[in-house]
Amino acid sequence: MPGSPLVSRRLWISALIVPPLAFVALFVVYPIISAFAYAFFHWNGLARGEFVGFANFYKVLFTQPYADWTVNAFLHNVWVFFALMVLQNGVGFLLAYCLWRELPGAAFHRISVFLPVVLSTIIVGFLWKLFLHPLFGVVNISFRGLGLGGLAQPWLGQDSTALWSLIFANAWHMVGFPTLVFLAGMQRIPGEILDAVRMETESEWTKITKIVWPLVAPSATVVFTLLFVGSFNWFEIPYVMVGLEGSPHGATDVLGLYFYRTAFGNMSGSGQDFGAGSALAVLIFVFIALVAGVITFKLRAREIQI
Amino acid sequence: MKKLVCSTIVALGALATALPAMAQELTFWSWRQEDKAQYQKFISAFETKNPGITVKFETFEATNYNTILSTALAGGSGPDLMFTRTYGGMETIASGGYLLALDKTNVPALSTFTAPALASETMRSNKTTYAVPFASQTMLVIYNKDIFDKNGLSEPQSWDDFIKASEKLKAAGVMPFANGTATAWQNEVVVGGLVSSIMGRGFYDDLMAGKADFTDKRYVGALTKLKEITKYFPEGFIGLDYASAQQLFSSGMAGMFVGGSYELANFKKQNPNMKMGIFAAPGLKAEDEKLVALYFDGGYAANAKGKNKEASVKFLNFLASQEFGQMFANDLNNISAVPGVTFKDPLLGEVADLNKHSIPYLMLVHFRYGEPSGSVLLQSEIQKLLGGKATPEEVGKNLTTGLANWYAPFKK
Repeated sequence: MPGSPLVSRRLWISALIVPPLAFVALFVVYPIISAFAYAFFHWNGLARGEFVGFANFYKVLFTQPYADWTVNAFLHNVWVFFALMVLQNGVGFLLAYCLWRELPGAAFHRISVFLPVVLSTIIVGFLWKLFLHPLFGVVNISFRGLGLGGLAQPWLGQDSTALWSLIFANAWHMVGFPTLVFLAGMQRIPGEILDAVRMETESEWTKITKIVWPLVAPSATVVFTLLFVGSFNWFEIPYVMVGLEGSPHGATDVLGLYFYRTAFGNMSGSGQDFGAGSALAVLIFVFIALVAGVITFKLRAREIQI
Repeated sequence: MKKLVCSTIVALGALATALPAMAQELTFWSWRQEDKAQYQKFISAFETKNPGITVKFETFEATNYNTILSTALAGGSGPDLMFTRTYGGMETIASGGYLLALDKTNVPALSTFTAPALASETMRSNKTTYAVPFASQTMLVIYNKDIFDKNGLSEPQSWDDFIKASEKLKAAGVMPFANGTATAWQNEVVVGGLVSSIMGRGFYDDLMAGKADFTDKRYVGALTKLKEITKYFPEGFIGLDYASAQQLFSSGMAGMFVGGSYELANFKKQNPNMKMGIFAAPGLKAEDEKLVALYFDGGYAANAKGKNKEASVKFLNFLASQEFGQMFANDLNNISAVPGVTFKDPLLGEVADLNKHSIPYLMLVHFRYGEPSGSVLLQSEIQKLLGGKATPEEVGKNLTTGLANWYAPFKK
């Protein structure tokens, strides 16, 4: 019956829920679903052609030259994930431990470690591109100044150093994030447990491996999952530092650049193919969703509730 | 008196409402925001001669221009007139049937244009021209005249001269070349600007006739020489990006810059006091024909489904005229594709002279019609060559097998 308190309450709730729901549906759900649909059509520029089933997926996975490009870019992403796992999350954990143990200068370092995280990725990319400049970059100038001119390299120009340079720039930028998450996790460890440990052993190693690491498992779940998603969506740093082609000769090509190039084209080389690009986007999305799901599930299982 | 005022007002009102209906307003889309003022000038020159037609110039971001244009045309909201890209970029738009076919009957002046200019706006499958080409670009060597004079150097006539000049600059503590190849497309530029004369016209003709591919010894030989002369590029040039390379030259730190004629205006703006010269990189011997690499980089087209087709064609005829070509060259400092245009700027005049001995800028002109495009392949293969990861022979082979994915004459 209209006018009853229950009905008006329901009306009131739905009036609050419907607008945001409609907003999300229109601007999040609909684009994702339509991107899925795009992958099944042939495209002339941005004009949709006929329905082609899985032809776009077949094209990017099994026909040349796309198959080689896909594998090349994918392997680089895998590489980036494992490298950042060590350089970003591993170093982040160690930094967090040092900060947690309140080594001298902890207060200062707590801020300085996190500072680069607040910089825009684009700025970090340009900054490191300048640092690594072969002639005027601070890296090469420092080496030459120290009499180590032999170590001065065209960092972004050779395949042996280019991808590592990008990984390093990314780790420098983001290392503060896992540090902060791990630090928060460590600070949640109850004092009684730590006191009990101190009765048993003086070894830092035992403390880290037997107590701290297992007890920051929830933090690890968060940073591992986010790193996985970030590594396979990696775009800004490579785009700014080496360009859409993944210079030199595809040595830094990753799925993000490859997808962009394929879908939207590249003025200095390739044409646009929205179908193949959408297929790649769908594949990347499905891969990330599945693996991130598995990672979260597995890591959750080993978390200990205190 | 009151009556007169009333009737005047009524008449004026009627005229004001009728005028827009009589005037034809054409929309004209472009990716050249930076040239807007000049185009307004060109347009008013047209409007004064063609009362009743007004042209509205609208610009879009260059990198996404083709995407925006093809979307609008497909959705039926495209402009009456538009800039089009050339070669493969033009075909993606024209193949949708959106562009008005042009020929001697609707744009008579087209018959005076050179064949390579027309080819840039002609679809290969039906041999139909869809746009009036507007400008050409030339890959050549730009040099700093003061540095050359100070070191007693003149434009090299043979490859040995070229190496000797580079050696002399290096000995004098000047960077011979400013170029870097970290930015992928610059690799294609150095091939066009440095070794077109060495691969030669004979190679180009054989390639087009299907009698040669990129494993041909003339092409491989050219790449060998390219690798040789990069000894005079800046230290760590494989990690040097395009913008830095430009700065090395415009700041007077380097003697030469291998690049497109489009660099001249930019260098002049960066450093108005620098005296520049240009030359075509020499062949092996002094008597070899010195060639630059030439391509066309845009055209003007009309919408086949536009409402004001007649007026649009009138405007295209204006854009194909000598009068327009001359204004274009004077105001935009570009090599107009209209034949018979003269150049105020002596350097541009020199470019136009060099263009008389040219071969097409190969990959852009002929090999951007499939994936992988010749440009993508060449850029990455040259990066391998210069990074010591491939020999010239391997580059030739990889280009040929890569293109064989879609280029029929290379399919075995």
